[in-house]
Amino acid sequence: MIGAIAFYLFATLTIASSIAVIFARNPVHSVLWLILAFFNAAGLMLLVGAEFIAMLLVIVYVGAVAVLFLFVVMMLDIDFASLRSGFTRNLPFGIIVALVLLAEMIVAVFAHRAGPMLAGSEIPAARVPNIVGIGQMLYSRYLFAFELAGLILLVAMVGAIVLTHRRRGDTRTPKAWRQLRRHPGTAIDLVRPGTGEGMKL
Amino acid sequence: MIGLGAYLIVAAVVFTVGVLGIFLNRRNVILMLMAIELILLAVNINLVAFSAFLGDLTGQVFAMFVLTVAAAEAAIGLAILVIFFRRRGTIAVDAADRMRG
Repeated sequence: MIGAIAFYLFATLTIASSIAVIFARNPVHSVLWLILAFFNAAGLMLLVGAEFIAMLLVIVYVGAVAVLFLFVVMMLDIDFASLRSGFTRNLPFGIIVALVLLAEMIVAVFAHRAGPMLAGSEIPAARVPNIVGIGQMLYSRYLFAFELAGLILLVAMVGAIVLTHRRRGDTRTPKAWRQLRRHPGTAIDLVRPGTGEGMKL
Repeated sequence: MIGLGAYLIVAAVVFTVGVLGIFLNRRNVILMLMAIELILLAVNINLVAFSAFLGDLTGQVFAMFVLTVAAAEAAIGLAILVIFFRRRGTIAVDAADRMRG
C-alpha cells in the first residue's frame, strides 16, 4: 500500500517536473525542475530495489550534471526571451509528434504481455544485496566495459578542457623552463668580503 | 502491487516530454541539452525497471554506462556551447551557420 502511494507520488512528480523543465520561462528554473525530476526518478528506482543506481543518479546528475548546467546558464549572459520566439509556432506540430510517439510506446508497453517472459508482476527477491551484485558483475563480466566507461569520462574531461581553455596574453605566469634550467652552481655565488673592502657585484 | 507496465508508462511519458522539449525549444541549445538528459533518464528508468522485474542485474550495469555517457555528453555539449557563445554572442541554433550546412 505504502509502496503504491510512493510510486504514484514519485511518478507524478517526475512527469510534472519534466514537463515544467521544457515549459519554464527561466532556464535557471528549468535546471531546478530537472533536479527535482532526477530526485523523483531516483525514488522510483529505489522502489524497485536498485539502490546503487538511484544513489548514482543523485550523485552524478544532481551533483555534477545539473550543477554544470546551472553554472553555464548563470555564467553566460544570454537573452533567453529572444530564444523563445519559435515556441508557439512549433507547439501544434510538436504536440502531434509527441502524442503519436506516446501512443506508440504505450501500445508497445501493453503488447509486452503477448510475450511469455514477464508474466508475473512481482519483483523477484534478490539473492545478494544490490550493490554486491552490481560490484560482482562490474568487476568480472563487464570489467572491460567498465574500463571503457572510465576512458570515455577521461576523453570527455580532456575534451572539455581543451575546448574551453584559452590562452590569455595579459597574465604573468612563472616560466618553468627558466626555473628548471637554473642550478646552484650558477645561481649562487658565495663571497667572503674582507673587512672594510666592500665587494664587487 | 505496481507492475512493470506502470514503470514503462512513466518512462514513456518522460521520453515523450523530452522529445517535445527538443521540438519546442528549437533555438535554445541549453534547453535542448536538458531535454536530451530527460530522454536518457527515461531510458534509465526503463533499463532499471526491466532489470528489477527480470531479477537480472545486467540492466542496472548498463544503466550505469548510460549515466556515464550522459555525463560525458553534457560536459562536451556545454563546453561547445561556451565556446560558441564566446564566438557569436548568442546560443541560438540558427546562428550556427558558419559551415553553410
